[in-house]
Amino acid sequence: MADTAQPKLLEVRNLRTYFHTFAGTVKAVNGVSFDIASGEVMGLVGESGGGKSVVGFSILGLIDSPGKIEGGQILLDGEDLVKAGETRLREIRGRDISMVFQDPMTSLNPLHSVGRQMDEVLRLHSELDAKARHTACVEMLESVGISRAEERLKAYPHQFSGGMRQRVVIAIALLARPRLIIADEPTTALDVTIQSQILKLMRRQIAEKGASMILVTHDLAVVSEMADHITVLYCGNVVERGRTRELIEAPAHPYTRGLIDSIPDLSNRHERLQQIPGTVPDIRNLPKGCNFRDRCPRAQALCAEVEPILTAQRGSLSAACHFPLSPGETA
Amino acid sequence: MIDATAPMLEVRNLEMHFSLGGSVLERLRFGKKGPRLDRPVVRAVNGVNFSIERGEIMALVGESGCGKSTVAKTIARIYKPTGGELRIDGEDVAEHDFAQMLPVRAKMQMIFQDPYASLNPRQKVRDIVAEPLLQQTTTAAERREVPAKIEALLARVGLNAEHAGRYPHQFSGGQRQRIGIARALSVTPGLIVADEPVSALDVSIQAQILNLMKDLRDEFGLAYLFISHDLSVVHHIADKIGVMYLGFMVENAPRDVLFSRPRHPYTRALLSAAPSIKEKRDKEEIELTGEVPSALSLPSGCCFRTRCPFAWDRCAAERPSLRDVGEGQTVACHLIDEPERDVV
Amino acid sequence: MTAFFQSEFFFNYRRSSSAMIGSALMAFFALAVLVGPFVVSQNPYDIAALNLMDSYKPPVWLDGGDAQFWLGTDGQGRDVWASILYGARISLFIGLVAMVASCAIGTLLGLIAGFYGGLVDSIIMRVADIQLSFPSILIALFLMSAVGTGVDKVLIALTAVGWVVYARTVRGSTLSEIEKEYVQAAKVAGLPNAKIIRKHVLPNVLTPLIVIATIQVGTFVLIEASLSFLGVGVPITQPSLGLLIKNGFDVLFSGLWWTSVFPGVAIMMLVFGINLFGDFLRDELNPRLK
Repeated sequence: MADTAQPKLLEVRNLRTYFHTFAGTVKAVNGVSFDIASGEVMGLVGESGGGKSVVGFSILGLIDSPGKIEGGQILLDGEDLVKAGETRLREIRGRDISMVFQDPMTSLNPLHSVGRQMDEVLRLHSELDAKARHTACVEMLESVGISRAEERLKAYPHQFSGGMRQRVVIAIALLARPRLIIADEPTTALDVTIQSQILKLMRRQIAEKGASMILVTHDLAVVSEMADHITVLYCGNVVERGRTRELIEAPAHPYTRGLIDSIPDLSNRHERLQQIPGTVPDIRNLPKGCNFRDRCPRAQALCAEVEPILTAQRGSLSAACHFPLSPGETA
Repeated sequence: MIDATAPMLEVRNLEMHFSLGGSVLERLRFGKKGPRLDRPVVRAVNGVNFSIERGEIMALVGESGCGKSTVAKTIARIYKPTGGELRIDGEDVAEHDFAQMLPVRAKMQMIFQDPYASLNPRQKVRDIVAEPLLQQTTTAAERREVPAKIEALLARVGLNAEHAGRYPHQFSGGQRQRIGIARALSVTPGLIVADEPVSALDVSIQAQILNLMKDLRDEFGLAYLFISHDLSVVHHIADKIGVMYLGFMVENAPRDVLFSRPRHPYTRALLSAAPSIKEKRDKEEIELTGEVPSALSLPSGCCFRTRCPFAWDRCAAERPSLRDVGEGQTVACHLIDEPERDVV
Repeated sequence: MTAFFQSEFFFNYRRSSSAMIGSALMAFFALAVLVGPFVVSQNPYDIAALNLMDSYKPPVWLDGGDAQFWLGTDGQGRDVWASILYGARISLFIGLVAMVASCAIGTLLGLIAGFYGGLVDSIIMRVADIQLSFPSILIALFLMSAVGTGVDKVLIALTAVGWVVYARTVRGSTLSEIEKEYVQAAKVAGLPNAKIIRKHVLPNVLTPLIVIATIQVGTFVLIEASLSFLGVGVPITQPSLGLLIKNGFDVLFSGLWWTSVFPGVAIMMLVFGINLFGDFLRDELNPRLK
């Protein structure tokens, strides 16, 4: 495979992040492994409760009590971020890894002008002088498609519309030229025409700056247009991963198949949508064996006993399933 | 008089304007000509026309702020329209007061977007579902039948009898939406206004709810007004589709016509922007720049001209009206007269 | 009941020392108020039980102390301990009743203002704003001098001062509540406004009031004590803790400190307990702090 030759920027090994709440331990991320090469976009897909956002927060070291990283490694260029102290993580956040959230208002300070917030990133993470920083900010705002950038630097977040705000957040995320961007549902709150603008912008910026990206989203359509690889999470586990087109066109895991089939598609119309029966099990009290077996049409006795592990399937795919699908087979 | 051949829902020139501001102190402004009272008006819906037959599903699509939710809430008479006609089963209810509306509410119910906010956290499921029905029952005999009806409704939407005694927080998003659907069905309405009923749900649950809604339509002959921002959902469920922009309807057509031959530039832009899991087809790329103008100050002429790649001077001068272009398709765009301008 | 002991609320309560101390103090005063009169040797308001020979006896651990009056006596030979127990009754009675009345009136006005908006809202909220721009003790003083003294008058004054905070809180929650889809669903269901308010709005705006109400009892005890201390509060025949302090204050500098210091300590402990527990409730019931 061609991509194995590329150096790995980030390797996540058997990551486990638990939340110890009053009602019990929530194993939000329970043994997740994946890696990302430089310049690659990886889509992290799953439904709510899948643990996809927690993976992003874990990489940034932003898990607060009652949450805790219980085990595993997060290797950024070989350095284990799980073991890194808060000071080291602060250096890394914003400079090596930056984050774009769903709601731009959570990452923008409403009391400071956009220019000041951008300048702060550069002051922390670069050696530039005041003038050079200003120029860099103007250029960055222009490159994310905000006109009259000089003027707009003085504006406050509330003076921007939702789409413009997300552009500002992306500009800030790109400022320190990070090697990895974690985008958590970056376009979910936006309208479809604005979404397509932002996605195009992100794709172009990442290609230009040579950064990698983890795109965390519930939206398979968005991910299939953006990502090189897709990792599908279910109940805190990776159930399938592989190259985008292979995974979308002929997934090996019944859950992925079910997700794809439940999306109504513009190009073909069935009278009824395929649906995954039932709901996600209570994550505090997961069943023995395969987490998906109660909703899976292919489940057999084995699935109730032995938890499947992620194993290589055809092509670039690997799936955690005892009875993987062959191409063209429906669940 | 009630006319049996009348459409289930018909709106003519429906208009919903909200005046903002509140008290005198809050509206006081100091301009160059001395103090004056500001009267900001949000023009959320500006003269919308459409009708829905019995058993028909009509969808309204558009982006946030286009007024589609306001249309839904005005039709459900959560708001009182500021203008136009609103005929439900042939009866104009636009001016109805509370008492006059009560019998109409047995014909029309609503499903809401947010499965978490649409159920009172302090009510049990059986009380939630029974609420519309209890307003329609008058005799003690009718009231005695309510519990059995509730049980049957819950079973129909895929919940069971023991769920009736639980509180909403004990359910998942999809199950809550089923409760909301059972509540709407309790009075056996002919029309259900569904305001983004699946947009807050996970995709696998979304499919369950869409299938359920379709089955219920077939079973009860329901008509839906289905509000959504998601074109692929609308494509799946609707018989005809109205596209809204800034409180105006810009295009209205049967589903297949709209998806195969969209005429309005905004509809075309929406279709080209919709992400798809399929490999990119050779589809038209209309990329919009800028954002939706404020409903506080509408642009002159065509509401879409500020973002339209085709706009010319006529669009600023003259507001296009909806015109029939055949096959049930109506479009509000000057390009219909001057198709030679339709080049990017 | 077992569900309560297994709840997260109880779990956090067990881990919060301030909540434990606060509720212990509150329990002590509740007990004192309920059974106090039956365990003291003397009813301080029964003239026949008093003996002038016992006047100004110091606390039991000082020279001349009498084992019968372990916190000493006042000028009429009243047992200070018994007076405190009887006084705490009156203070707490006033605090609780005024709180309930304020809460009822304030909640009603807040619901009306929030639900109907417009002119009613403007009038109610402007009155509240004006009232908030004066210190509450000043308003209470002014009212008391207008309507005269007495337990009922104190209750009126405290209620007139206290409703504002409920009205403002309830109006705010009501405004956010009526935007909720379940209130709109109730409209679509055909519920009349009064029923929507009662079934859908009211139950969902009450939680923040629990904290306000708890702390307000403490505030009211203090305001009533101040009024009584200033001589416009309760009558001499129904001495609250505040009046006890005032009565003892006249002889405070003659070395007879115990007649006013012990009632003062009692007020402090009572209010301290209420506030500690109120703070715990605030942390527990406010999801934003979690």
